[in-house]
Amino acid sequence: MGAVKGALSLFGGTLRDLAPIVLIVAFFQIAVIRQPVDNLTEIAIGFVFVLIGLAIFVRGLEMALFPIGEALAEAFVRKGSLFWLLLFSFALGFGTTIAEPALIAVSKEASEVMVAAGVIDPGPGSAVGFARALRYTVAVSVGVALVIGVFRILKGWPVQWLVIGGYAIVVGLTAIAPEEIIGIAYDSGGVTTSTITVPLVTALGVGLASMIKGRNPMIEGFGLIAFASLMPIIFVLIFGIVVHAWS
Amino acid sequence: MTLVSDLMRTLAATVLDVTPIATILLGFQLGVLRQKIANLRRVLIGSVYVVLGLGFFLFGLEHALFPLGKVMATQLTDPAFVGGGRPTAELAWYDYYWTYVFAFTIGFATTIAEPALIAVALKAREVSGGTVGSWGLRIAVALGVAVSLAVGSFRIVTGTPLYLYMIAGYVIVVVQTLYAPRMIVPLAYDSGGVTTSTVTVPLVAALGLGLASTVPGRSPLLDGFGMIALASLFPMITVMGYAQISEWMENRRPRANDRDAASEEGSSR
Repeated sequence: MGAVKGALSLFGGTLRDLAPIVLIVAFFQIAVIRQPVDNLTEIAIGFVFVLIGLAIFVRGLEMALFPIGEALAEAFVRKGSLFWLLLFSFALGFGTTIAEPALIAVSKEASEVMVAAGVIDPGPGSAVGFARALRYTVAVSVGVALVIGVFRILKGWPVQWLVIGGYAIVVGLTAIAPEEIIGIAYDSGGVTTSTITVPLVTALGVGLASMIKGRNPMIEGFGLIAFASLMPIIFVLIFGIVVHAWS
Repeated sequence: MTLVSDLMRTLAATVLDVTPIATILLGFQLGVLRQKIANLRRVLIGSVYVVLGLGFFLFGLEHALFPLGKVMATQLTDPAFVGGGRPTAELAWYDYYWTYVFAFTIGFATTIAEPALIAVALKAREVSGGTVGSWGLRIAVALGVAVSLAVGSFRIVTGTPLYLYMIAGYVIVVVQTLYAPRMIVPLAYDSGGVTTSTVTVPLVAALGLGLASTVPGRSPLLDGFGMIALASLFPMITVMGYAQISEWMENRRPRANDRDAASEEGSSR
C-alpha cells in the first residue's frame, strides 16, 4: 500500500504537469488536423518516459541540485574569499554554457545566416570559426553575468537598476548592430540557461542571500538567471558589430 | 531494439552534458573548499536521479512530443491547410488563426512541463514562505510564453521587425517595475530566462521555421529567429502582472471584511 501511495504522489504531480500537453496535442490532432498519426505506440512509449523522467528529475532536484547549490553558498561564505567565489561563478557560467546543446545548435544556425547574408565568407572554415567564436562569446558572457550577479547579491544592489540599465544598452546596441545579428543575439539570451544550471544557480543565489546578514533571499536571492539571459544579448550584439566592422 | 539503443545514446549524451558542471563542482569542492559534504550518499543518489530523469525525459520528448509537435507545426503552417486551396500570396495575416491558437496553447502547455521552471517555482514557494504559490507562478509564466509565441507567429506572418516588439516589451517591463511589489521583481526577471529550455525551444524552432519557410517573402534563416527572445521577455510582464493583481485583490479584501483585515494586519510585518 505504502509503495502504491508513494508512486502515486511521485507521478501524480508530474501527470498534472503533462496533462495540458496531452490535451492540446489530442485536440489539434482530432479536431483540427484530422489526419491519422503513425507510430502511435512509439509516441505512447515516449510519453511514459517523459512522465517517469520528469518525476525522477524533480526528486533528484530536491535531493541533489538544491542541496549542492546551498552547500556551495554556505561553504564560500564561510571561506570568506571573494576571489574564489567570483572565480567559481565565472567557471560555472562559462563551463555550463560552452557545452550547452541548444547553444551549439543556435550558433551553427547563426553561422549559416551570416554566410547567407554575405557577412562572412562561404568557406567552411570561416563558418565553423564564426560558430565557435559565437559560442565562446556567449559562454564568456554567461560567466561574466554570474560574476556580476553574485557580486550584486553581496553588495545588495537592486536588480532592477542593473537589468534595466542592461536593456538600455541592448536597445542602444540594436540601433547600430548589423541587422542579421539582432535576432541571433536576442535568442542567444534565451538558450543559455539549461535545466541543470537553473536549479543550481538559483539555489546558489538564494543560499548566498540567506547566509549574508541584511540580505533578503526573496529580493537579493533571485536575479542571477536574469543576468545570464541579458548579458549574452549585449555580448553577441557587440560581437556582431565587431565582426561586421572587420569584414 | 532501436528504442533501447536510442535510450542508451540519450543517457550517454546527458552524462556528457553534465560532465562540465560536475567537473567544476568537484574541482572546487576538492581543490578550494575542501569541506565534507553533508548527506553525501543522498546527494549522490539524487545526482543519479537528475541524470537518469533528464535522460529519460529527453528520450521521451524525442520520441513522443518533438516528432508530433514538428509535424503539427508543419501541417498547421502549410499554405494548403491555411488557405484551403487559395494561392499563398492572397492570404492575410488572420488566415493563420489556427497557427496562433496552436502557438498559444502549445507555448502554455510546454512551459507548464518545463523542468527548470518547476525548480524555480519550488524555490520561490520555499523562500517566500508560500506567498508566491508554485502554481500561480508557473501559470503566469506559461501565459507569458503563450502570448509571446502567438505574437511571434504574428510577427513572422506580417514580417514586422523584431526589435519593435522587444523595445515595446522592455518599456512595459520598466513601467511595471516601478509599480509592482518589490519582492516579485527579481523573480519576475528570472522567470524570463528559465522558460525557454528543454521542452519549448525545439518546438518553437519548428514553428518559427515552418512559418518562415511557407509565408511568402520570409527567409527561414532571417525570420526564424526571435521567438525565443519574445518568450524570454513576456513572462517578466505576466509575472509582475500576476503579483500586481494579487496585491490589488489583497488590498480590496479588507474593505469587504473588517475582521480579515484586522487579522492580516496582525500577521504581516
